[in-house]
Amino acid sequence: CHYLALCLQLSSEEMTAEFSQVLDWSDCAVRGFAWHPHTQKCAVALSDDSIKIYNPKSATTPTLKHRLQRSVAALQWKPLCASALAVACHNCLLVWHVDPTSLSTRPSSGCAQVLSHPGHSPVTSVAWSPNGPLLVSASPRDTALLVWDVAVESCVPLHRVGGGGVTYLSWSPDGSRVLAATPSSLFRVWETRMWTCERWPSLKGRCQSGCWSPDGSRLLFTVQGETVIYALTFTDNPVVYTAATVVADLSETTLNTPDGDIMVGGEIQSLAWDPRGERLAVHVKGQASGRPAMIAVFKTQISPAFKLLPCGFVQGEAGTEPRLMQFNPNYQHGAQLTVCWSNGKITHVPFCFMSAGNPQPGLGGSPSFPLTQGRPADYNNQTLYTELIS
Amino acid sequence: MAWSVLLLLPTTALFVLLSRFSLFHPILWMSECLSLLTSASAIFSFILLCGVVLMVGFFNLEYYTVVPSIACSKIALLGQVLHPRQFVHSLVHCIMGVVVAWCCAFTIGGRYRSLGHPCTQDESSGPEMCLNEYHLVLLLAGAFIGYSHSLVGVVYNMNYVSFHTMQQYKYLRFKGALPLVVKASAVQALYCLRSFLLLYFFMGYAPRAWICKTLDLSINSSIHSLDSVSSLLDLSLLYHLWISGTFLLLTWYITVLLFRIFVTEVHITPLTPYNASIRPTAFLALQDLALLSQHSPSRRLEVFSLSQPGGHPHIWTALSKECLSLLSDLTERLVAHHDTVATNGRAKSQSTGSNKRSTTSSEGSGSYNALSLSLKNAAFRKCSDFVPYFITPQGALSPGFSSIQSPHVMRRGPKLWSASTGEGQPRGHTWLILPMDYFLTHCCLSLQLPEASSQALFADSQVHIWALQGLSHLVAASFSEDQYGIVQTTLPTILSTLLLLQEAVDRHFKLPHTSSKPGHCSCSMGDDSYKTLRFALRSTLKTAVYRITATFGGHLQ
Repeated sequence: CHYLALCLQLSSEEMTAEFSQVLDWSDCAVRGFAWHPHTQKCAVALSDDSIKIYNPKSATTPTLKHRLQRSVAALQWKPLCASALAVACHNCLLVWHVDPTSLSTRPSSGCAQVLSHPGHSPVTSVAWSPNGPLLVSASPRDTALLVWDVAVESCVPLHRVGGGGVTYLSWSPDGSRVLAATPSSLFRVWETRMWTCERWPSLKGRCQSGCWSPDGSRLLFTVQGETVIYALTFTDNPVVYTAATVVADLSETTLNTPDGDIMVGGEIQSLAWDPRGERLAVHVKGQASGRPAMIAVFKTQISPAFKLLPCGFVQGEAGTEPRLMQFNPNYQHGAQLTVCWSNGKITHVPFCFMSAGNPQPGLGGSPSFPLTQGRPADYNNQTLYTELIS
Repeated sequence: MAWSVLLLLPTTALFVLLSRFSLFHPILWMSECLSLLTSASAIFSFILLCGVVLMVGFFNLEYYTVVPSIACSKIALLGQVLHPRQFVHSLVHCIMGVVVAWCCAFTIGGRYRSLGHPCTQDESSGPEMCLNEYHLVLLLAGAFIGYSHSLVGVVYNMNYVSFHTMQQYKYLRFKGALPLVVKASAVQALYCLRSFLLLYFFMGYAPRAWICKTLDLSINSSIHSLDSVSSLLDLSLLYHLWISGTFLLLTWYITVLLFRIFVTEVHITPLTPYNASIRPTAFLALQDLALLSQHSPSRRLEVFSLSQPGGHPHIWTALSKECLSLLSDLTERLVAHHDTVATNGRAKSQSTGSNKRSTTSSEGSGSYNALSLSLKNAAFRKCSDFVPYFITPQGALSPGFSSIQSPHVMRRGPKLWSASTGEGQPRGHTWLILPMDYFLTHCCLSLQLPEASSQALFADSQVHIWALQGLSHLVAASFSEDQYGIVQTTLPTILSTLLLLQEAVDRHFKLPHTSSKPGHCSCSMGDDSYKTLRFALRSTLKTAVYRITATFGGHLQ
């Protein structure tokens, strides 16, 4: 009922803003960010509906514009490919094929494949299969999850009754499962072998965000309106039924720091887990009453036992709030979190540690709080760069 | 086929309901339908309908192919339509259309009940039988729809069965496709009806006169004949014609849909050196290979195992050899095609001289029908009986196939196309040509369908796509699962084959008309995914190369 009321009231842009992983999508300068899975290249979607591609090895910065590219909600590079980028737009999906060796600064519209399906708009989430050619897309107005075979431009709609549309998708890194969140208090986990799904009705509120462990065995998710992180375990044994367990509580609390008391905690906007499964970044929403949005970082361990330990916070310049974050899939010295701030800056925050797969006695991994302040000036001389975006 | 017959029951019941539809007398309507459904005559028509469905299923089995026949010119397309085999198909479908229409007429009852009815023309002559034109119209509509179904089938390659990238349980796939099928049959029935009404308006007198003469019926002059605008626009007649047409097409489309779903089901192939060396390039075996390489660690271990005693990697050697030979064949085919195009500056039609039995590669406006796919045996065998099925011109290599000759094999006249000369011919493929093509290609170059030659070149690329997927997933998995290092010895060969193919494919896409994507087929039951197979192949090839290089990474330098 809540969903129906929502559906009738919101326009497409409002719907995208409501269900996007970006905090305050409507006012944000950066609306989407995606690292390439194999190389140091990233795509940034801006509020003027253009996408810029930054590549330190290239002299040019191609800008992608298309007449159908409006209200970009999400973007993702295709794995195992040099140059395919899927963009979730207002009423279609665009898949750009950008030649990495090309020196053109404005690739033509002909480089983009337009994938559209009646009733599938606005598209708020896309996810590529880590191993293969499939792309799934979601729209809050379409009850079907669309599975696209991009090369032949055909899709198979997977309809299920209940939940309304599909708002958020996350494909596990091992390729075996897909999380599909709906606007109502229910989410589904699809297995990708034969495309059957499990229903997970949650207690209150809709599933806001989720992320998978690197081996696909554990799903962490958050519910809108709640300040806790839940975990679900998936094994190959289908007979075992589990319930979600609470693994972290980020309720509001006061921290005593040398600079004074600061309020931390609150509702969770999004989660990001680094590719090694050792650092979890939690984007906490702010409150108008003075508590700004911030990113809390946890140290995690998946095997032999699941552990989640608070590690620190990432803060930006005074007066700025984080809007979007993503871990770099190609960082060799630990983990690197890219954060897009409210003032238009993008910073890359490194977490340097030895992988927990090789434990060294006496070395406890990265130092504990404060981990890093993320000041942009410290990183200007890195091979990866921050770029001032106005 | 059992499922189609079973589904016939609810479909017929629905038809009965709709045909006797009476908005203002719902109770009378329901009771009429119930009594009709349980009457003996209804059971008889039901048995007839089952017979029709079985016949359609049989034809599906006989005529289907996993490699489409692509006409490279409009003349070739015409040749396909006028082919004797196609003529038989159309005739049988016409007759079946008439049978179903008769059952529909019987069910609807009322004025459609029988072909003749007693009438009195005038007082002087006695009672005689007059032609019931409504019944005749229904029968003719059935024949027309049957014929157009057959025609549309050949034009839009409805007998082509494609394999989906994503696997689904059969029931879920059927459930997902059913609404589309219902919509397609309703829409197609509407289009056919429109054409039929036009045809009947102009030509209706001919069959009417013929029937009257043959069955010694006379035309009832007291009522208007139906080939006039006012009579044909009778809403009740149109409604009954439309739902009969929809019912007819729906039963046939459901049969086609179920057939496609069952044929494309994954069959597990036991991995033995015997199967691996003799034609693992079998369609279903390759599909199984592509899937096991991604999803099944235990079966992958079998691939990476050594023989006992001896310690030879027979299975891997045979598998990789066959997959690589498939891919090299495709590379050779593409290179030969480029050479032809390059030497002429445009696609060459054929070599000079109408009588030369030349086997030099010349592609162009001929029509390509690849055979070697009599899957009718392979598709319905269980894994223990699995026997590879490629038919080679040299004769079958495995038991059970020695006496099989595909009905597609006909060789008349010189070959217009071959990948290269004689021994370079792709194993297991024999290209055949329609007898008319050779003559017609001499004179009708301007009617070429430009994209068709590119589509034809990649018509059987589904095997290549699976070979690429299977090979690359196995190589990627071998990084962590191969205990004996057997894959690494073949890695350079694999990479070089893939890169050569990549180069050939990239060159192909620089030719004109190869990159244009076709529009969607208006006939929803036609499967036009063969038109985009080359894009799927290109994408799979790139992904395969990346998968191998991403897994082995720095070790390849």
